[in-house]
Amino acid sequence: MLVILSILVENKPGILWKITHLFRAKNFNIDTISVGVTADPEFSRITICTHGDEKQIRQIVKQLDKMIDTVEVKQLDEHKSVYRELILFKIKINTPSDSMEINKLANSYGAKVHDVKKDSMMVELTAAPDQIKAFEDLARPFGIIETARTGIAALQREGA
Amino acid sequence: MNNIENMIGAKALMLAMEKEGVKQVFGLPGGANLPMYDELYKSNIRHILARHEQSAAHMADGFGRVSRKPGVCFATSGPGATNIVTGLATAHADSSPMIAVTGQVPVAMIGRDAFQESDIIGMSNPCVKYSFQPRNAAEIPEVVKKGFYIAESGRPGPVLFDIPKDVQQNEAEMIFPDVVKIRGYHPWTDPAIPEIERAIQILLSAEKPIILAGGGVIISSAFAELQAIAEMLMIPVVTTFKGKGAFPENHPLSLGPIGMHGHAEANKLMIEADCVLAIGTRFSDRSVGTFEEFEKRLKIIHMDVDPAEIGKNQTAQVAVVGDVRVSLRIMLKKLTQEVVKKSDYNKWLKHVNEVKDYWRENLKIHPGEMSAAKILRKLRETIPNETILTTEVGQHQMWASLFFDVIQPGTFFSSTGLGTMGWGFPAAIGAKVAKPDVPVIDIAGDGSFNMTENSLATSVLEDIPVIVFLINNYSLGMVAQWQRTFYDRRMIGVDQQNCPDYVKLAESYGAQGIRAQSLDELENAIKVGLKSDVATVIDIPIDPEEDVLPFVAPGTPLKDMILPS
Ligand SMILES: Cc1ncc(C[n+]2csc(CCOP(=O)(O)OP(=O)(O)O)c2C)c(N)n1
Repeated sequence: MLVILSILVENKPGILWKITHLFRAKNFNIDTISVGVTADPEFSRITICTHGDEKQIRQIVKQLDKMIDTVEVKQLDEHKSVYRELILFKIKINTPSDSMEINKLANSYGAKVHDVKKDSMMVELTAAPDQIKAFEDLARPFGIIETARTGIAALQREGA
Repeated sequence: MNNIENMIGAKALMLAMEKEGVKQVFGLPGGANLPMYDELYKSNIRHILARHEQSAAHMADGFGRVSRKPGVCFATSGPGATNIVTGLATAHADSSPMIAVTGQVPVAMIGRDAFQESDIIGMSNPCVKYSFQPRNAAEIPEVVKKGFYIAESGRPGPVLFDIPKDVQQNEAEMIFPDVVKIRGYHPWTDPAIPEIERAIQILLSAEKPIILAGGGVIISSAFAELQAIAEMLMIPVVTTFKGKGAFPENHPLSLGPIGMHGHAEANKLMIEADCVLAIGTRFSDRSVGTFEEFEKRLKIIHMDVDPAEIGKNQTAQVAVVGDVRVSLRIMLKKLTQEVVKKSDYNKWLKHVNEVKDYWRENLKIHPGEMSAAKILRKLRETIPNETILTTEVGQHQMWASLFFDVIQPGTFFSSTGLGTMGWGFPAAIGAKVAKPDVPVIDIAGDGSFNMTENSLATSVLEDIPVIVFLINNYSLGMVAQWQRTFYDRRMIGVDQQNCPDYVKLAESYGAQGIRAQSLDELENAIKVGLKSDVATVIDIPIDPEEDVLPFVAPGTPLKDMILPS
């Protein structure tokens, strides 16, 4: 099971390290992680995407909760939250028509196109993970040269 | 009262610790903690000089377990700090309240591989409950207040203060807070009443209930509550090894510890039970053998102060999170309101007593006069019930578990989680400082004693007399037993021969050394030790081939217990 953990922590040095250390010590894996200070500079929010069975996830949530530097640990429900990740794709252009098609594809996903060269172009997509996956599948036939992604940022919807 | 005063960081450290009730610290000085030592000199706090920082940490740990207030140890930066890591890990594994204070290189030198710089915050992270590295002297009073609160509240544990030398030396306006708030720390949870009610229903409807008492019962001193519930419902009590002595072991309902070297009757009955009330235990592999086997048959009611323990090793039908003493009290109150005393004659209890009687009569023990069972029973007969026992790690520790009955709850302490050889002797010294009027005895093996025997100097010079009950098999006996059992007697790295001579060793430190080669000599030696005002080492030679049995091999279920043949 894939889960997204939203962890509000004290904005102090060394806390991200302690959290990643905990994941290592307890034998958990981090799929993606994103970190940033919140509107209140006393706190940072760490968003971690991880996977495991239900028992494992319950355990990691409890271990995170037990940490003194974590103020709040939430396991986000996919249906009640907004998730976004930014990903940059460098895609191969093999024939002149490719460039048009990639442009079309990018448009249909609301992605931006940058740095169009003769042999490649860069596409920036901000979307939910399943959309990113769908885009990636459609772009793969052209040839994906490189990607870079930010990790997921997520917040629970109000009243959810 | 928040009076503001100007002073250096090291002085603020002493004042803040005095406010926490600290009367002594165990430590060893060096360059990076000299400012602290200078203020220690001027303060009312006693310094007890250890001969190795690891021992200083174990002393603080022993003090903390007995007094249930954090013991404090001091070490310098670099090697001093790395030497306390085993002490921190030991205290962490057994949830013992402790404060370790290390010196650190000046702030501006941190990260530059300065002389005697070690990243002790990084190294110790997995084995402390929390750590602080104040960067300004003014932070010290609050750090101390928070540190003590964290160390002793909820599930206790070790807390580290790593204080750079300039932070010790710099002057600042100090404000000593009376209370501190830590946003992300909620050590106490009120137990959920409906869960306790469900637990009662399950317990009352069980046919073969058993109580499994863990170290949490000892940490929260829930002895009276545990006994009252066991007696009211007439439920037999087993313990984990860490929980040994949570329940008087001469009580008719007591079956003793379960686990790798548990009592035969405890292991046999544990696997027959249909419901277990598990109190303050993490279901360690050493206690329950293979988890899956354990889980299948049982309805488990799990009480613990640490929510992360619920479901970590064992799935429970009912979980009650909260201080176990509080939870047991509520349970007891509800039971008193709801049920009449359960008949003390039921089929299960009759069976329990039969099994217990059978094993108490028929467990084969080593035939020699100085067998482990006989010398430990002699020890029990000869010392008062309030005596505090610590142990080292190895066969002697497991024999103590099997053959030494703890009668007064909360008087038996051992490194059960980390299994640290060398813990027992310095911990006994710490325990004696916490309770100077009670005899303190370390049940030791020769290998373990070797690791921290230089604490004899501390014991003698600081006037802290304890007894080392040295069960001497001239070898690293527990490892030797595994080599005999699992490696076809290919014995390697276990033979210690007759070296050193422990009587002379004790005497060379100005302590008392007595060799006991018969039960009479032993009784006499114990009596002399109890009266002595210096440390006494009783060297008790035994058969090097004596095994600890019963034995549940690692990775196997309790039902596959190996019995003496
Ligand atoms: C610091 C440390 N090193 C190694 C071990 C592994 N070990 C466990 S028991 C044991 C032998 C202990 O020998 P001794 O203290 O003489 O006790 P005995 O088993 O002979 O009673 C060893 C080496 C350990 N527990 N702790």
